[in-house]
Amino acid sequence: MQLATLLIGLISATALWSGVQALNQQARHSYDRAAAIFGGARTAMLVAKDGGAFPQELFVDLRRAGWPVSPVVEGRIQIGGRSLRLLGIEPVTMPGEAGNAPALARVELQAFIAPPGRMLVAPETLSQLKLAEGARPQANNGMQLPPLRLQQSLVPDVLVVDIGIAQEILNMPGQVSRLLVGKAGGKRAALASVAGDRLQPIEPDAASDLERLTDSFHLNLTAFGLLSFFVGLFIVNSAVGLAFEQRLPMLRTLRSCGVSARMLNGVLVIEQVMFALIAGLAGLACGYFIAAALLPDVAASLRGLYGAAIPGQLTLKPQWWLAGIAIAVLGALAASAVSLVKAVRLPVLASAQPQAWRQAQQRWLKWQGASSVLIFAVAAGLLWLGDSLLAGFAVLAALMIGAALALPPILERVLALGEGISDKPLARWFWADSRQQLSGLSLALMALLLALAVNVGVATMVESFSRTFLVWLDGRLASDVYVFAKDDRQSNDIRTWLRSRSEVQAILPTGRADVQFAGDPVEVFGIVDHATYREHWPLLEAVPNAWVRLRPGDAAFISEQLARRLKLSIGDRIDIPATNGTWRLEIAGIYADYGNPKGQITVNYAALTRYFPAIPQTRFGLRVEPAQVPELIAAIREKFMLDDRSLADQATVKAESRRIFNRTFAVTAALNAFTLGVAGVALLTSLLTLANSRLPQLAPLWAIGVTRQRLAAVELLKTMAVALITALLALPLGLMVAWCLLAVVNVKAFGWRLPFQVFPLQLVQLVGVAMLAALFAALLPVLRLARMQPAGLIRIFANER
Amino acid sequence: MSGLDSGVLDITGLTKSYRSASETVAVLRGVNLRVGAGESVALTGESGSGKSTLLHLIAGLDAADGGEIRVDGTALSGLNDAGRAALRRNRLGLVFQQFNLIPSLSVEDNLKFQSRLAARHDAAWHTELTERLGLGDLLRRYPEQLSGGQQQRVAIGRALAPKPLLLLADEPTGNLDEDTADEVLRLARDLVARSGCGFLMVTHSARLAATLDRQVTLHAGLIA
Repeated sequence: MQLATLLIGLISATALWSGVQALNQQARHSYDRAAAIFGGARTAMLVAKDGGAFPQELFVDLRRAGWPVSPVVEGRIQIGGRSLRLLGIEPVTMPGEAGNAPALARVELQAFIAPPGRMLVAPETLSQLKLAEGARPQANNGMQLPPLRLQQSLVPDVLVVDIGIAQEILNMPGQVSRLLVGKAGGKRAALASVAGDRLQPIEPDAASDLERLTDSFHLNLTAFGLLSFFVGLFIVNSAVGLAFEQRLPMLRTLRSCGVSARMLNGVLVIEQVMFALIAGLAGLACGYFIAAALLPDVAASLRGLYGAAIPGQLTLKPQWWLAGIAIAVLGALAASAVSLVKAVRLPVLASAQPQAWRQAQQRWLKWQGASSVLIFAVAAGLLWLGDSLLAGFAVLAALMIGAALALPPILERVLALGEGISDKPLARWFWADSRQQLSGLSLALMALLLALAVNVGVATMVESFSRTFLVWLDGRLASDVYVFAKDDRQSNDIRTWLRSRSEVQAILPTGRADVQFAGDPVEVFGIVDHATYREHWPLLEAVPNAWVRLRPGDAAFISEQLARRLKLSIGDRIDIPATNGTWRLEIAGIYADYGNPKGQITVNYAALTRYFPAIPQTRFGLRVEPAQVPELIAAIREKFMLDDRSLADQATVKAESRRIFNRTFAVTAALNAFTLGVAGVALLTSLLTLANSRLPQLAPLWAIGVTRQRLAAVELLKTMAVALITALLALPLGLMVAWCLLAVVNVKAFGWRLPFQVFPLQLVQLVGVAMLAALFAALLPVLRLARMQPAGLIRIFANER
Repeated sequence: MSGLDSGVLDITGLTKSYRSASETVAVLRGVNLRVGAGESVALTGESGSGKSTLLHLIAGLDAADGGEIRVDGTALSGLNDAGRAALRRNRLGLVFQQFNLIPSLSVEDNLKFQSRLAARHDAAWHTELTERLGLGDLLRRYPEQLSGGQQQRVAIGRALAPKPLLLLADEPTGNLDEDTADEVLRLARDLVARSGCGFLMVTHSARLAATLDRQVTLHAGLIA
């Protein structure tokens, strides 16, 4: 039984930890691909001071002045309604260290440069576009694009063409977006002497934008993995502890036969390492399957929250396997440390002292109580003084550790109170014996408390998010029909046709330009002045008559995350680098923009098209009498041959948004369930291991006249009672965790703050789940007791045991 | 059946065997024994002679293969598990060599445990027991805080608190030194005489056995 328990604990711990690490590794590998591709954040570069495009003559001047630079043009294009990032590169001058340019140059440089050129595409993007290699798709402006060429190492959602072709597609003749700077040495003139003050150098960054953006997500996953790992180690600790107690007589015999303490300990360590190796391998296999099962949801979360594209195929490095085995061995040794130290100090003769459990437990409880107070003080200090994501997680960690340490003293007090007010003998024993059992069960109960609190916290956060998100979605998706035209020409045709339709109450075009603002990518979103927005779009803060202020084009609303990140508030002015010069805007409102990884600035649509004349004008919403929506959609589809991706009604778009939202939190829900499951196993193993040592306590009661069935019922009730008290204590802790997630961690990680709400029904359900877990955990040992043969109990009274 | 002729304990033709993988060992081969009210009987015999087995069968902790045990006229063979538990609770007191106190309860709660469980608690008798056993100053202590002799005195008090008809003791002094054993047994004898119950004690000690009213020896599965 101990062996099985030990292996279950180690396998659970290793599986969940290594599963989470596999997911993190897979995602980081993808970020590396993204960062390395043709001059991402890993390459030094020169950019315009205003963040916009600049003449390519500067490139020629710099090359002549000895600068190993290579030009890149970047923009977005739409293919079949799908927005993609287009990179134009110059393969001949591309620095060797930037992305995979050398491979490209060697294989088909000629075909890449010469018309019609080649358009490099990642396998994932090719399959999403439903196109074959060699196909020539059409861009939104109607231009025929170069034949698609598969490039395995390319990140999804990026297309790479020769710079000349990109300038043509993006309508940026003679313009470049940035210059990559190679590492080649040699004499070069001062930058200012060639480019004046028009360009500024950007140093290579070890961490890509995606890595920075997604840090919180991976920290969250790691925190879950770590929690499950420790819960697993709780199981190992209780199994090893009991096995050690049971083997004490044998160990003493060996010592009295002349086996040295060092040799004895060496053998015990070897035994632990062997178990850890076996369980570690099994745990890694389980971890692989967990990671593979969760990867689609993790990819959906990362795409939904940060726009990061992660391939759906799990590829793992050898380091992952080695790290998994190492963590299993180290975890096993850490969980066995107390028992191993006991083995070293084991006196050969058994102590004649009776087991003074009560005094020992009281001392231990006092120590735990004092430590928890200290850790809570640290949590309060961090909350007061800390101002970072890491501080937020540190508050959470301190809160959880403090609560875990406070649990046994609180339980002791509650049980003592129960004992004090009980009059019936069996009831008094019920409470008193529960107190005595605390030391054996406290680790498992701590695990249950932590798992439940995390469940309550995350469930409350997700539900708060869900409710807020749905209300917000209703406001943001106010149009009845959404149209995504293939190109500008088709867009004009559709709009002209719609004007003749009586059921169409309004056509609401939207536009989007991507700019670099304060060092980060930002969307500039254009909407028309219409009652639909004024009546539905919720603003968190606004100046009086905010919507009127937006009309002339010199004011903007900004998203909450952008306001928080740049510490912007109502009335501040910002300068946006636009195609037609710098655009000065006054902030007239701040709005929630949940789920958007980028900052967003909303402006008047007409003003947007003035400052960014080249943006696609292919998207628009329609206000239509709801009853006439299906008929109108059918008519548009028939007339303009639009597919489902290009034409959708409000309900469909909302359903899709909800689906993405739900998927975003699917991985959290799965890890929540895993953690609770492991906590349940921890409780089961603790009860099973305690069950044998419980017989000397239970047999006298049976001898006095309490039936086995009644004893079993009382045992079950005891487990349920301590589990219920633990679950009830987990509720306020979980709500504190939720508040911390909403008010501290989310704000730092995503830039938005959600209102804190409590959902009583959800809490009742979670307590119900905890009680079910406790019931299942307690059932097996209790059934064994109820069915135990008298001979098993009589053995306790035998004089010669 | 209850009457002047019958004792608090009547055993007739009791048999019990244990089966191991290769053989069947007959431990009791037809034991006959009677213990009257107020009578104290020492049950002696060599190791493995079946003394403890006999005691466990009388207490209803185990079931006999054949024969009959009657406690105050009630046949144990006619009782189910719950009935035997009720018999132990209401009519019997049990004392073991290992004391078998309830470690999570105080001395006072241990003393009252069986009598209150059987709803036979008598405050005056409880006070008398506490005084005569010298436990007055130890009531708030826990078993782990007591010496072996003190623990056994608590065990005797617990067993006698519900005023049982029969006190069964299995080597009650086996874990005690000679002086303490004498003292504990003297107290037990006095209290048994005071309560008027029957007393059957398993012991190895001929010296202690001699202090009781009667001595019976179990040999080769039979009362010699």
